[in-house]
Amino acid sequence: MKDYEITPKVIAEHNLSDEEYERITNILNREPTIVELGIFSVMWSEHASYKNSVLLLKTLPKEGSSLLAKAGEENAGLIDIGHGLAISFKIESHNHPSALEPYHGAATGVGGILRDIFTMGARPIAALNSLRFGNPGNPKVQHLLKEVVRGIADYGNCFGVPTVGGEVYFDDSYEGNPLVNAMAVGIVKHNKIARSAASGVGNAVLIVGAKTGRDGIHGATFASVVLSEKSEEKRTAVQVGDPFLEKLLLEATLEAIDEELVVAIQDMGAAGITCSTSEMAGKGNVGIEIDVALVPQRETDMTPYEIMLSESQERMLVIVKPENLEQIKSIFTKWELDAVQIGKVTDDKMLRVFYGEEKVAEIPAETLILGGSAPVYKRESKYPEYLDALHNYDIENLPEPDTYQEVLLKLIASSNISSRHQIYQQYDHMVQIGTVVEPGSDAAVVRIPDTDLAIGLSTDCNGRYCYLDPYLGALLAVAESARNVACSGAKPIAITNCLNFGNPYKPEVYYCFKESIRGMSDACKALGTPVTGGNVSFYNENPEGAIYPTPVIGMLGLMTDYRKATTQYFKHENDIIVLLGSLKASFGGSEYLKIQHNIIAGKPPIVDLEEELHLQDLILELIDKGLVNSAHDISEGGLLIAVLESCFNPEQLFGAKLSFDLELNPAKIYFGEAAGRILISAAKDKYNSIKEAAMKHGIEYHKIGIVSANSSFIVNNHINEDMAILHSAWKQGII
Amino acid sequence: MRISVVTFPGSNCDYDAYRVCLSRGHQTKLIWHKDTDLANPDLVILPGGFSYGDYLRGGALARFSPIVNEVISFAKKGGLLLGICNGFQILTECGLLPGTLLMNESLLFICKHQYIRVETEASPFTQSIGKGKVLDVPIAHKEGNFYTDSVTLKQLQDNNQIIFRYCDKQGEINLQSNPNGSLDNIAGICNPQRNILGMMPHPERSATDTVPTQDGRWIFEAIEKALE
Repeated sequence: MKDYEITPKVIAEHNLSDEEYERITNILNREPTIVELGIFSVMWSEHASYKNSVLLLKTLPKEGSSLLAKAGEENAGLIDIGHGLAISFKIESHNHPSALEPYHGAATGVGGILRDIFTMGARPIAALNSLRFGNPGNPKVQHLLKEVVRGIADYGNCFGVPTVGGEVYFDDSYEGNPLVNAMAVGIVKHNKIARSAASGVGNAVLIVGAKTGRDGIHGATFASVVLSEKSEEKRTAVQVGDPFLEKLLLEATLEAIDEELVVAIQDMGAAGITCSTSEMAGKGNVGIEIDVALVPQRETDMTPYEIMLSESQERMLVIVKPENLEQIKSIFTKWELDAVQIGKVTDDKMLRVFYGEEKVAEIPAETLILGGSAPVYKRESKYPEYLDALHNYDIENLPEPDTYQEVLLKLIASSNISSRHQIYQQYDHMVQIGTVVEPGSDAAVVRIPDTDLAIGLSTDCNGRYCYLDPYLGALLAVAESARNVACSGAKPIAITNCLNFGNPYKPEVYYCFKESIRGMSDACKALGTPVTGGNVSFYNENPEGAIYPTPVIGMLGLMTDYRKATTQYFKHENDIIVLLGSLKASFGGSEYLKIQHNIIAGKPPIVDLEEELHLQDLILELIDKGLVNSAHDISEGGLLIAVLESCFNPEQLFGAKLSFDLELNPAKIYFGEAAGRILISAAKDKYNSIKEAAMKHGIEYHKIGIVSANSSFIVNNHINEDMAILHSAWKQGII
Repeated sequence: MRISVVTFPGSNCDYDAYRVCLSRGHQTKLIWHKDTDLANPDLVILPGGFSYGDYLRGGALARFSPIVNEVISFAKKGGLLLGICNGFQILTECGLLPGTLLMNESLLFICKHQYIRVETEASPFTQSIGKGKVLDVPIAHKEGNFYTDSVTLKQLQDNNQIIFRYCDKQGEINLQSNPNGSLDNIAGICNPQRNILGMMPHPERSATDTVPTQDGRWIFEAIEKALE
């Protein structure tokens, strides 16, 4: 190894700055070996170190009585739901791999997040995903979309986790840099929670699962640079997944944890053996010594550098007491998996790597990790001038459309609103027989096995809102995801987040990041939903510039009785349709503005967080008392789109007859967007109770119409359209 | 009754079937594919999933598992055997049922609610349901497009071995109600002795009050009555 010279070129290729290299030589008191350089490079990459984000992330609210692990402490967030049970959940990005190899990139994104969940001892019971693409009219975007969806489907379906929800949006800003954020949710008994901090000097360090190959070398550093034309050459940095192996790894891992044979465990994702050994040692305040020659390999002549940096999938690092070695090996053998001791826990806090007899790396573990002394930066932030122009754009004096009916048809068929069934039908969303509310409604509802409990799950972020106002946009994303979950009957209890942004070294990008964190923080505090963890993905850019700031929120809600779960769909003819919230809305950042006028400008809707909380309490109370038959968050496309979506009951198509006073321009009321609004339907005789409850919570309400079984959609004297036409326009979909 | 559900590496509906059988009060066991004892069951279920990751073809490798010999001899003695989804694929791969399951016509995985029509009462799996009854039993597969040669198809038709066909809500059987391109809209078939049923739809996914539909219960009830 010593014959490899560390030149400035080599250092630059490892994406380390001069300052960072100097820091390395100071830590080691010598020049690093090439293996050490590789280790520092991946551990100090943005992806692993959060060096440019962690100071701001620390400002997020992380306190809550039900939190069993602090954000960042374990592989995923952990929330107590009573009955001796906990929910483990997390969302993570796999944007750059998916841009180059959409199928494998998306598949391994799912695989990685599932491992984060079951490495904690939790059995995954649900998966979701949040996707962003460029213009769907572009054939390359269609290719990316199809392959990403197929990748998610093939992995999750084979693994046997129901993919119950998510979102897909299209906007030019994501051209060439799609976002693929995967979320997973698992269930674990309190007494079976596995931790990642290594302990017990002399304990064995095992690598279990798949063999190690050359795939994904430098995936973490790759994720930490801007994509360019040359990125195509980095295809080998994209890993290849094997969901069948992961299913075996799941069963073997849970069996080993259940048998109490595991002292500590961590999955191998980004930065592979390097990350798991240094983090487990660093967190446990111990050392780890390994011989990489002992790692089972699927390729020949792999160097220690390659073995340390490989991101081969479906592997775990496990710390085991020596007396339990044979027993744990027999479990993995039963599942036809490797379980090989590659080292031991030491007391000197060093990460020491051998290749046979030869020592190839020796680094204090703590210097490598987040929370240790890995570099942390505060970046320069600058208000983006373009925001002024966007906010000052005159969107108030646009002409009213000639016919509202045509606008409605255009909107319902548009790429951001039309049906997603072609996507979610490719995902097995029913396996594990716990799916109470299937994809298509505001939030998915999944029952917790052997209890009456259920969880509501939703992912949300309106990137356009975040572009127009990063503070408000992030705040709205939290509010909307909570509202979605509340509409299903579940009380929002915690979030995970996936923060997708451009290059943090651009002050305008950093400003957006900072403002988004502030917005998310304010909303989470007000709504009582702490941040349990998540992921930051910077450098999401294409040659045109950064993507829209896209802080995706994954919301977890809890309901005590799964039988009360509610969908967005109308259920009965002659039910009344009631709007909870104001009829007032605005055009800023709306789908209407984009579709009808091809304008993206204005300010996103303002949200009053206190009122939002009251609204959510109100809908939870109405659902709990059985007063409503449906509840639907009113979001993109505005009021009429929400009514139509409620008409599109998969069991039976309903119509609606709406009539209400118009105080503003009709277009604004029909298609404008506002936060804090829910559309409900209810039996006529429930209206008085609903009114009383709304008044008690101080929420405005408007009876706006009636559900009909006939096939017309009627709005005042403006719209009278055949439901079959609207339904087929919507169902046309996007693929 | 006594039910044995076989777990292959990669099965992922084994536990669902197990839980449904338990919830109906049956003595139910999960049997590991390397076992050689079926535990003396009245009914064996080969569950859905991706045995051996569907490498080669769905079900192609599972048939080499040791337990499969036991399953075959159990069925040859007349024992009731139900193969669901991947289980159906395994049954065709090991020759207990004719035909094969090709890739869906769309080449995509499809998971959705699906109506199927009961085509005959002459099987222990349907005898109490009634011919022509339409059931909502979800499908979830990528290789569910049943295919066989014309001679075998004629035999299946003439011997009344087609147990379920894909249909619409009204029970109409046509191209529109065929989700995967399956020959003659076939969703499930039995052997000439009528004790082995292979079906692509998942009755265990519509047999509990957690999920939105419950029509799969008809099939479990029919089996229970047949074994009474």
